[in-house]
Amino acid sequence: MYRTMKKLLTILSLFVCLNISAQEGGFRVTAESYDDDSVEMADEMRSNGKIYVVVSVVMIIFIGLIGYTVTIDRKLKRLEDEVFKEKA
Amino acid sequence: MKKNWWKILGVALVGYAILGGFLFKVPRLNILNETIRNLNFHVTMWFGMVILLTTSMVYAIKYLKKGDLHYDDKSVEFAKVGILFGVLGILTGAFWANFTWGEPWSGDAKQNAAAICLLIYFAYLVLRNSLQDEQQKGRVSAVYNIFAYSAMIPLLFILPRLSPDSLHPGNGGNPGFNFYDLDSKLRIVFYPAIIGWTLLGAWIATLQIRIKAITRATEDV
Repeated sequence: MYRTMKKLLTILSLFVCLNISAQEGGFRVTAESYDDDSVEMADEMRSNGKIYVVVSVVMIIFIGLIGYTVTIDRKLKRLEDEVFKEKA
Repeated sequence: MKKNWWKILGVALVGYAILGGFLFKVPRLNILNETIRNLNFHVTMWFGMVILLTTSMVYAIKYLKKGDLHYDDKSVEFAKVGILFGVLGILTGAFWANFTWGEPWSGDAKQNAAAICLLIYFAYLVLRNSLQDEQQKGRVSAVYNIFAYSAMIPLLFILPRLSPDSLHPGNGGNPGFNFYDLDSKLRIVFYPAIIGWTLLGAWIATLQIRIKAITRATEDV
């Protein structure tokens, strides 16, 4: 109980730190910033939908790498079972 | 499965950060344009680094208190992933700066401080490798770890703010833009991204820690 309380407190204080470090800055983001069409953005890419192709490619790579990491994790688990069972 | 929930959470959060980071609406700001999306990738590296290095320092203190080498393993592996995040942060920062500030390295106060901070942590790894005896290595590097951490905090969070000019937002007198404060739309990807990247880093660190534990166990036999 005490330990979970301690963990929760740590996480809470981390978020407080994040907010404190955030209270400064020069020119501000306002609601209008989202519709300011005078600023060039990758609208073309988005309007014909091709941005999703890029996002999908990145996601496939990410999932692939994570999948590989999972197999390493599993292999380690098997090794751990072997080694630590032998000792015990 | 029960013990692995945080790994799944980390992967899910980073996946969400990639999707949200690319596709959600972002404020249209001059100079930055679409590169504002780097907030979810470049900036999160630094936040992740700080959290991982904090973890490393906590284990360093635990090691000094208990003298158990397992804590030393944890401390150094978290530090290594933290340093990796820092290197990725500085590389992505230089790349981003090339297109928004005009050159990869402009001697900006925060850039320099981050570089110094990384050098201090590189010295940590060099120091570790220069010592033979395990316990001595653990103790010396744990003490240095605490020193490095206490140097990092002012270098990254205090000195850049005191400098008269810095290109980083929220530092010096420079008109940056306020990433985190007002804009809840950026925040709904940014905060989960920090947690996600940190958990992913922690996962990689635990893989290394487990390898070390197995190696130690087999050496003892």
